[in-house]
Order: sequence, then C-alpha cells, then structure tokens
Amino acid sequence: MPGLPESAQSAQSISCPSCAEPLEEGDKFCGVCGADVTAPLPAAGADLPGTGPSGNGSAAGTGNGEFTDPFALAPPRSPAAAPGQTAPGQPPASADAPAPPQPAAEVTDPREELLAGPAPQGRTCVACGVGGVDADGYCEHCGHAQPRLRDHQERELEGVAAVSDRGLRHHRNEDAFAVAATSLPDGTPAVIAVVCDGVSSAYRPDDASAAAAAVGSEKLLDALEHGSPPEQAMHDALLAAAHAVAVLAEEDDVRQGPHHNAPACTCVSAVAAGPVFTVGWIGDSRAYWVPDDRSTPSARLTEDDSWAARMVSAGLMSEAEAYADERAHAITGWLGADAVDIDPHTASFQPEGTGVVVVCTDGLWNYAESAAELAAVVPADARTRPLHCAQTLVGVALDGGGHDNVTVAVLPFPATVGRAGSEPA
Amino acid sequence: MANFSKSNVPQFSVDIYQNEYLPEGGREVNAIVTVTSTGGGTSGGHPLAAPGYATDGAPGGAVVIMVDCSGSMDYPPTKMRNARDATAAAIDTIRDGVAFAVVGGTHQAREVYPANGGLAVADAQTRGQAKQALRKLTAGGGTAIGTWLRLADRLLATADVPIRHGILLTDGRNEHEKPEDLRATLEACAGRFTCDARGVGTDWEVKELTGIASAMLGSVDIVADPAGLKADFQAMMETAMGKEVADVGLRLWTPQGSEIKFVKQVAPTVEDLTARRTEAGPRAGDYPTGSWGDESRDYHVCVQVPNAGVGQEMLAARLSLVLPQPDGTSQVLSQGLVRAVWTDDMAASTRINPQVAHYTGQAELASVIQEGLEARKSGDIDGATAKLGRAVQLASASGNDDTAKLLAKVVDVVDAPSGTVRLKARVADADEMTLETRSTKTVRVKK
Repeated sequence: MPGLPESAQSAQSISCPSCAEPLEEGDKFCGVCGADVTAPLPAAGADLPGTGPSGNGSAAGTGNGEFTDPFALAPPRSPAAAPGQTAPGQPPASADAPAPPQPAAEVTDPREELLAGPAPQGRTCVACGVGGVDADGYCEHCGHAQPRLRDHQERELEGVAAVSDRGLRHHRNEDAFAVAATSLPDGTPAVIAVVCDGVSSAYRPDDASAAAAAVGSEKLLDALEHGSPPEQAMHDALLAAAHAVAVLAEEDDVRQGPHHNAPACTCVSAVAAGPVFTVGWIGDSRAYWVPDDRSTPSARLTEDDSWAARMVSAGLMSEAEAYADERAHAITGWLGADAVDIDPHTASFQPEGTGVVVVCTDGLWNYAESAAELAAVVPADARTRPLHCAQTLVGVALDGGGHDNVTVAVLPFPATVGRAGSEPA
Repeated sequence: MANFSKSNVPQFSVDIYQNEYLPEGGREVNAIVTVTSTGGGTSGGHPLAAPGYATDGAPGGAVVIMVDCSGSMDYPPTKMRNARDATAAAIDTIRDGVAFAVVGGTHQAREVYPANGGLAVADAQTRGQAKQALRKLTAGGGTAIGTWLRLADRLLATADVPIRHGILLTDGRNEHEKPEDLRATLEACAGRFTCDARGVGTDWEVKELTGIASAMLGSVDIVADPAGLKADFQAMMETAMGKEVADVGLRLWTPQGSEIKFVKQVAPTVEDLTARRTEAGPRAGDYPTGSWGDESRDYHVCVQVPNAGVGQEMLAARLSLVLPQPDGTSQVLSQGLVRAVWTDDMAASTRINPQVAHYTGQAELASVIQEGLEARKSGDIDGATAKLGRAVQLASASGNDDTAKLLAKVVDVVDAPSGTVRLKARVADADEMTLETRSTKTVRVKK
C-alpha cells in the first residue's frame, strides 16, 4: 500500500471511506457503518505515487511489504467470468482467441482498478480492498490469502491450449500442466499436453504435480525429437515423471515424521503427431476424443487406475454402483515414492475425422463423466479455438460447483503446428 | 547449563504447531508456538544492539537478592542460618562484572550490602564483603514485601544495564502491608526488572508468592526444608546469569474482526498472558516474556477469526518476537504464521494437533489441581476427589511424572488411567503447598 502524504490522509479522513458519512476529527471508526477509518485508504492509492514511509500497518512490525513477488497477480476469481477472461500479462498467443477484456477499459470491480492501477509499491487486498499485502501474501488488514500464480493459469500455443483453476472449494491449486509443440525428426509437427493432479491426502501435492508436469513434458519432447515412437516416448516420460515425484519425498523435512504420505500425483499426457495421437496415463486423470462431427461417437481414451474402474473391469459391480460408492475415487495407481509398482498405460488412436483430444483432471470429469456428456459441453468450434474450449470446460466445472481443482488441455487433431518452444506451466 | 563467559545475545527461532484446517463455519484457531533462543556467536543475521549491552564482552546484568529477616525467620533458628548460607552461595555464583546488592526485608526494606544507595560490581573483594555483611543479618520485625521490591527497583535503576533481576526469599505472609499496596508495587515494578520468588517453610501464602513471580515474569518454588536453600539459590542465580536479552515481547497480529481468546505460556509453566497485552500498532499487541538465556518456551494462542467460505485461506495470526530499541521502535527477532484454511475435507478439519491437545491437557491439569486443593480446603470432599482424580488422570496420560508424584502425596491413587483416587486423610502442609506451587509446571510433548 503506498503511503499517503499527511495532507492527503487528513483531507480524506473528513468523510468515511466506506459510506461517505462525515467524520469528526479523531474518529477511529465510522459512526454509521462501523468501518475502521484509521485503516489505510484504498482508492486514493491509484493516483498517488508511493511516497513517504507509508502510513499503513508498518507499526505492526511486519514491514510495509516491499513488493518482491515476482509474478503478476491473477484477476480476482469470478466463476461466471472465468471463461473468456485471460489473466493479465498472459495475452493469448493466437489471434483466433477471444480478445480478453481490457482490464483498464472495462473496470467494473474497484479491486481490479487497484490491481491495474499504477501502484507498483504494493498491492491491495482483493478480499477487503482495504489492507496492503504483506511479504507472505496475506492482507495486513483482514488476513485473507491473496490469489497466487497457480490459482488460475492459461496457456495457448498454436495447436494446443490448457487452462487450470483452483476451483471453488480448495484453498490452492494442486493441479499442474504443460503444453508444448515440437516436430519429429522427419519434420512432422507434434503437440503435447501433460496434465497432473496432486493427491490431496499426500504431503506437498502441488509440488508433486508441478514436478511431474515439468519433467514429463520435457522427457516426452526429448524422446519425440530423437525419433522414439510416441507410445515408447510416453511410457518413458511417465516413468521419468514418476521418478521426479519420488525424489521429492527425499527432500522432506524430517520433522514432519512418518505420519504423512509421500508427495504423489496422477498424470495424463497426449501427443498428436501426423495421423495418430497417443495418450498415456497413471491414475484417474483422463483423456477424451471429441470429433467435430458430433454424429460420430466420442470416446473416453483412458481407463482410470481407480477403485471404481477396477470393480467394473473385474465384473464385480456395475458402473453406476461402483461410482456411487464412497471409495470410487480412491486411486490404485499414482506417481510417488510410495507407489507400489508404476505401470504407465499408453494407447494410440487413428481417428477417421477431425476433432479434439480433451485431457483433464477429475475436477472436470466429475461434472461430465461419460464421453457423451463431455462432448455435449465441448463447443462446436473447439478445434479452431482450443483455448476457448478449455476455458468453457473449466467454466462447466466451476458452474457445477468447482469442488476440486480443475485442469483441461485441448489438442486439436490433426496437429497443425510448426515448431515452437516448450512452455511448461 | 549457562555459559557465563558468553557475551552474545541469543538467536531466536519460532516454530508453529497447528492444524490449520477448519470445517465450514469453523472460527477457532489454536496454535502452539515454540520459541527457542540459542546463544553462540551468531544472531541469525540480525545485528542485535541491546541497549547498554557492553560491547567489550562485559556482562550487562544487575541482580538484587532480597532476604526475609522477619521475626519468624528465627523459628527454627536454622532458617535464618540457611538463608544466610544460601545467599552466600548465590553471591559466589554472581559472575565478575555483574552489579549486585543484598536487601534485608522486614516490615521495611534495608540495604545490607553495599548499603550506599546503589550496587556493587562483583569481584572477589566485593563478594567477600557482601558475605561478611550477611553475618549481621538478624531476624526481627514484620513482613512487607512491597517495600523490598521498591527498594530493589531503586537500586537496580542505578545501573545502566539491560538485564535486571531480583531474587526474593520469604517465609511468611505479607502481613504488614495492604494487598492493594503490594498490587500497586507490582504494577509499578513489572517490566522494570524480573524476579524469582522462593517460599521457605510452610507458613507463606502460595497465591501471594505465585502472584509476585507471575507479575515479575519470574519463577516460583517452595523450599520446604531450609537445608535445600543453598542449592536452589545457586541454581536460580546460574539461570539469572545465563540471561542474555531482556524485555522480549511476543507480538501478536490478528486480522480485522478477530478476537483473541487467550495467549498463554504453556511450557515450562502455565502462565496466562491474555490480560497483559499492550497495543502495538493496528491489530497488533505485545505480551511480555521477560528475559531470555539459552532456553525454549511454548505458548498457546487461541484466536477466533471471522468466518470465511470453504477454500478460503486466512492469516489467523502473525507472531513475532520483538526487542524494543532505544529509539522507540522494536526489532523483530523472529516470526511465525498461524493460518486458517477452510475445507470440506472432514478428515483434515477434525484432526487435532498433538501439541495443541497436549498443552490443552497441561493447562487443564494446572487448573484442576488448584481447584481440587481449593475444594479440599473448603471441605468439599467430593469436589476435591473429582478434580484431583482428573488431575491424576491427566498427569498420567501426558507423562507429567513430577506432578503425578506430587499428587500421590495428597491422594491415594486407585487407578491412574481412569482417574480413580481417594483423598488422603492426613496430608503434610509441605506436600500440599508443593503441589499447589508446582501445579503450573508442564512437560513437553512426548516424542
């Protein structure tokens, strides 16, 4: 929070910043609305450069938070607006994508003005709009945690796009993804997407998913560029990702003791190259095929490593029974130091027509479980506007309740790219 | 054991133990804060500048020993002799360079050594002179502890040192002074120096002495047998000599709309600090912790935060150790964060942090002992049996063996795990007073 010159502060204090009720000198609280009028004033910060040693909570001894946070702040979450909205600082790379609302031009929420405004000295809390943000990422007034980089992320490359969101019920985003484009040794363009879902009951699930996505995509690209067949490349990449997660357990703070589970996550990845696409997975994150021609059937491409899937495949329960059971989502395969044996599954497909491969975590498919249900919510222009499709699908999950983190990657098929750099999320 | 040659101020670390997960609608956040100070050549990157702390390595401390010289100290006569011997042993433990004085206390306070309105600087000669002066101590007169503390305060104020400490020995009730006078004295002296209190024999009032030690941020104990005084005084003085930094405050920031339910020290003893807050900026307040040597203490903080939706995260409290600076600001030595995260995962929100559970039990142990002894005194046998039975159960479950042993001198334990006890028909005064005095002693979580 930028400090206000004394004159500005006292001039502002004549009326309540919250309800504009006139105030007496020395008032600490507004007599009408009860607002704490000794708190730093939010709105005036935008047009005043940060001068002076700050009149905010520096007396609290917490420091007035030099703004050291290296990344830009995500916009305040607003489920209804999530699709179609792009995080500032991350403009879509494709001209096909919908133009993001210009934050400066279409301000409806005063908090956004503060975020977009020229207040480089500090941030204002997105929850109360009053307090500054301390070095630990909490409001100095109401204590609310501020949005973090991973709460909402979007990436679009030519030929592949992905969106990840914290959802509405979890306090952090434990999903991670990576999308990248490359070409095979023979010049065939290839795009990849890797989506990982951290296991909440484990320790540091967010680190697990981030490590798996980064290592998995890197290994996959590397193998493809060296001419490995996609299925082999994917198998090896999943093993490398699993190893990357397993070594996290070794870094663990010994003080945590043996009472917690080693970091763990699921992983699903897809490669589209030439006339074939390949999917590979461990755990219960999924890939679906949704053709452009909706009269042809869509398909789920992966088999969950989950209790419910096992019950169904063993013929012990019907699908409805199995998924109604509270154990349905217990996963039987994952990446992590305590995974019993890591068994990457891969499969390749050569569809007749054009369409998209949707790669997602259970945060999405809980709201559109079957291939037909998912196809019903995939926009008709998904293949030409993959980012929009991913945003729409995240919106479906949030509208459904957003009970889990949700991550969706969309790969148009056939792949239509030239070589581009890797962009792990 | 304190290292007397050490001149560096300690490095502080703060560890927070809590279950940060709250169910939907949950508002109460509990955390155990472990504060550890370790000396040795480093201050953790913080250039510490304790006011008045001599940079040439000379110790920056002053100590006044207050010895009860009231008439009762002559019954039996060994009491006065033991008090003299114990004081002499304590004087021998004062390290060179520390300013010190001895005060004799009756219904008024009298300077025994150096008796010049100030303090002597410890060396072989002054220590010898002080011990000579002790020989002139005789018993006679009443007891007005407030006057002793005021004299100690005046004497300590003559030394420009950061660490000021008193040691108070009494054998009787504060009979020659009104309770409100003592209270006013404690209010005036609190924060100016710290003071340990010792009761010798069994004719003193436990609540009176624990109140003094608590206000003065010092320890309290019983020395039922005067023969034990010497070792106790020596240990107390060694602890005092090990103190390296004074006036450390525990600063608690809590968010707007929250309410602090309590702030307690829970180890090594239970001490409720809730009412001792002084405001320190917006939504922040300081709680006194006194002076620190190489040691570790635990605090239990309970904050009620405003409700927030599932998936939200809030900073429920920020705890810092602060050291006041001469220019009026305060230096943050170390800090820790207490978080609140709302979740619909019942397994996460119903988990009870072992540290929080342990110290909740230890605090209950202290209060049921005090209530049980109170009930016993007032003849409420059933109430006393129930309370002390619960105390036996808690002491046994938490591994507080010292307290369990003290309890066993007051009640016959039939079955400790269930808390089944019978009150003993005859209990020695010393045993009952020892239990009461030490009821606030806690043990740490079993590893």
